[in-house]
Amino acid sequence: MPVKFFRYLLPAALLLLAGCHRAMSAVAFHADGRPTMLSDWHVVEARDGKLELNAGVVPYSLNSHLFTDYVHKLRTIWMPKGASAKYTANGPLDFPVGTIISKTFYYPRVDKSSAADGKFNDVARTLDYSGDFAGQGLDLASVHMVETRLLVRRKEGWAPFTYVWNEAQTEASLARTGDVQALTLVDAQGGREDFNYVVPDEGQCVTCHEANMLSRHIQPIGPKARHLNREYDYGSGRQNQLEHLVAMGYLMGLPALKDVPRDANWRDPSASLDARARAYLDINCAMCHNPNGVASVTGFSLGPDTPEDHRLGLCKSPEAAGPATGGRLFDIVPGKPDESILMYRMASTRPGVMMPEIGRSTVDREGEALIRAWILSLKGNCDIVH
Amino acid sequence: MRKTLIAVAFATALAGCSGQQAPAPQNQTDASFEAKLQEQLLDAKPGSVIEIPAGHYHLKRGLSLRTDGVTIRGAGKDQTVLSFKGQVVGPEGLLVNANDFTIENLTIEDTKGDALKINHGKNITIHGVRTQWTDGSKTSNGPYGIYPVKTQNTLIEDSEAIGASDSGIYVGQSTNVIVRNNKVHGNVAGIEIENTVDADVYGNTATDNSGGILIFNMPDLLMDGHSTRVFRNTVTANNHDNFAANGSAVASVPAGSGIVVNSNPKVEIFDNDIADNKTANIIISSFYSTNYASKTGVAPNYDPYPKGIFVYGNRLKGGGDSPSGLEFKALKTALFGLSGHFPDVLWDGYSDPKFKGKELPPDDRICIQDVSGVVNADGPNGYKHPDTDMKPFQCTLPKLPAVVLNPEPKV
Repeated sequence: MPVKFFRYLLPAALLLLAGCHRAMSAVAFHADGRPTMLSDWHVVEARDGKLELNAGVVPYSLNSHLFTDYVHKLRTIWMPKGASAKYTANGPLDFPVGTIISKTFYYPRVDKSSAADGKFNDVARTLDYSGDFAGQGLDLASVHMVETRLLVRRKEGWAPFTYVWNEAQTEASLARTGDVQALTLVDAQGGREDFNYVVPDEGQCVTCHEANMLSRHIQPIGPKARHLNREYDYGSGRQNQLEHLVAMGYLMGLPALKDVPRDANWRDPSASLDARARAYLDINCAMCHNPNGVASVTGFSLGPDTPEDHRLGLCKSPEAAGPATGGRLFDIVPGKPDESILMYRMASTRPGVMMPEIGRSTVDREGEALIRAWILSLKGNCDIVH
Repeated sequence: MRKTLIAVAFATALAGCSGQQAPAPQNQTDASFEAKLQEQLLDAKPGSVIEIPAGHYHLKRGLSLRTDGVTIRGAGKDQTVLSFKGQVVGPEGLLVNANDFTIENLTIEDTKGDALKINHGKNITIHGVRTQWTDGSKTSNGPYGIYPVKTQNTLIEDSEAIGASDSGIYVGQSTNVIVRNNKVHGNVAGIEIENTVDADVYGNTATDNSGGILIFNMPDLLMDGHSTRVFRNTVTANNHDNFAANGSAVASVPAGSGIVVNSNPKVEIFDNDIADNKTANIIISSFYSTNYASKTGVAPNYDPYPKGIFVYGNRLKGGGDSPSGLEFKALKTALFGLSGHFPDVLWDGYSDPKFKGKELPPDDRICIQDVSGVVNADGPNGYKHPDTDMKPFQCTLPKLPAVVLNPEPKV
């Protein structure tokens, strides 16, 4: 415990020494324009060696999350005084104008003692989030900051902003046209994988967040009731996230929790294989693969309510996949992951072949294993009829 | 140290990455060009014209546009070239989700995925655009060159598509479409009209593809197609090896196919010059012939039979002399001998069992005139009892109305 103790105590000690700790300015909702620095918003800020959350900025997590090259994500919601979201059962919560949702992308550092030895771009391949954050802020000495994305609910709709962190990890600046960073994932056994971390450009933000191809309105993906319906450790104690939002005054109309949908945590061994796989496919694929989404033209849906037939890709011929079929005939062949196009595309990192099409440069090994097991468990066959 | 990969550092840094292909270098000029073009697309307003001057530009990220009423204009398809050879983020070259969109006079090259994709939009004009994969016809090329899907009132003209591993020009799930005066070569399918309602395909030249012009209906999509007119096209020697990956619809097309109708109703094929397509100059077939039909995988309301097909007044020559696929080779030899050839039209023989032993409703017939002959391949019975009787096809059908674009494109 001494290291951890030190990590939390040192900033506090410095703070005491400094004598006066400026309070963060109030969160600033910009109704228009494109602020060039993340700190212009005062939502999350690097202060005294920590990424701090401003007053009223609530962290949250999801039951299952989108894979992004093993990066870790700190998600927050803020709403203006007196405003609150309305509960909805299926889509994203109905957030009021002024809402700011943030997501900070960072990696745990591999070896914290080697801060100055040129290994800054070695980042940890770990699914263990427990040491990152507990309602109190990120310790910047132990993480490699990459980017912070904001979704801001303006009068005319949601607007996306992406800020890339500087080397000193003191500030992040707007990167409308994206960025590419060469990083190396290092696992617990020392295994290394070089990859390009791709920060999306503004057009790519819309590709995933465009919930309806006709209205072309963009929407948050994560903050839906079924993803939020879980406990969170706020530092002050654990509480269901939706009930916490109600307690904060940020959410109205929440039914009894037993009546709120809930996706499984895909890494929870106590959940059924089917529930875990469908939760994984929901958060990783269904933002496009739904009847109104970007991939609606494929007729292949992966939402939580998609019936288990051709609409879920069973024995379904691909649409517009081209070489991305990998020579396989159907999206999903029950019992046969190695004959399923879905597995071929999950295992690829080639643009034009890989799925999701953007947002990753590495393979989600654990996710791949889950979907493989799920396809193996599916019954039926795709025997050809003439 | 943290490294932002632009300029020359880009290629160098990537070369060190295991399992990553080193893309072509992007110099500072290209990097600033790309950033500026991205910002122009993001900031475009209705009425904006984005002019791209002559030049050969290397881009590393796919571009996108989501604003109505925008025109993208190059200096000519030989002058303005957007090359995606070094693309790291994709998959498309340009992805558009917008109405009243015009793109003209430029080339999009070597994209990892589709070159130009328009996903949902009405009043789309594509004029004088070339899409190409420059390293020849390869399975690893992107699937589609020019690819409007779920669009309405769409014009593709005076364009060229080369080397697509699926279709050079592919119109999917769209309504009211004109594809005219284009050149397509070295693709698996030259032009494919799929699940589309009301399309006129005329004045195009399709040669050296595996299949020249395809009119298809596939199951499980947002809409089913009907009513396509294919006329005044030149469809010659589409004998390229089929290099599509297995599983895609066009992988089922035998190399050497001129015009192919698959499961699509109301198709009128007339006044074309069709020659020297070695499997057959014209093929009429069902989804069952693709070998992709399974009980589970096909929506129950899907109709896999081509109905209301009318072929007349074409100028046909050669072809049918060296069909692809063992079944067709055996069939040709059995019927016409080693040195013989299929007649102009090959029908796979699948018809709606609902009407077995009964007469088809008149408008659902396959009517074929002015051809050297028709082979009914007897696909449903494993090609055992093929037939060359022309009588069942001696009929006429009401002609389809011309497609009128409304509003008319302003090019």
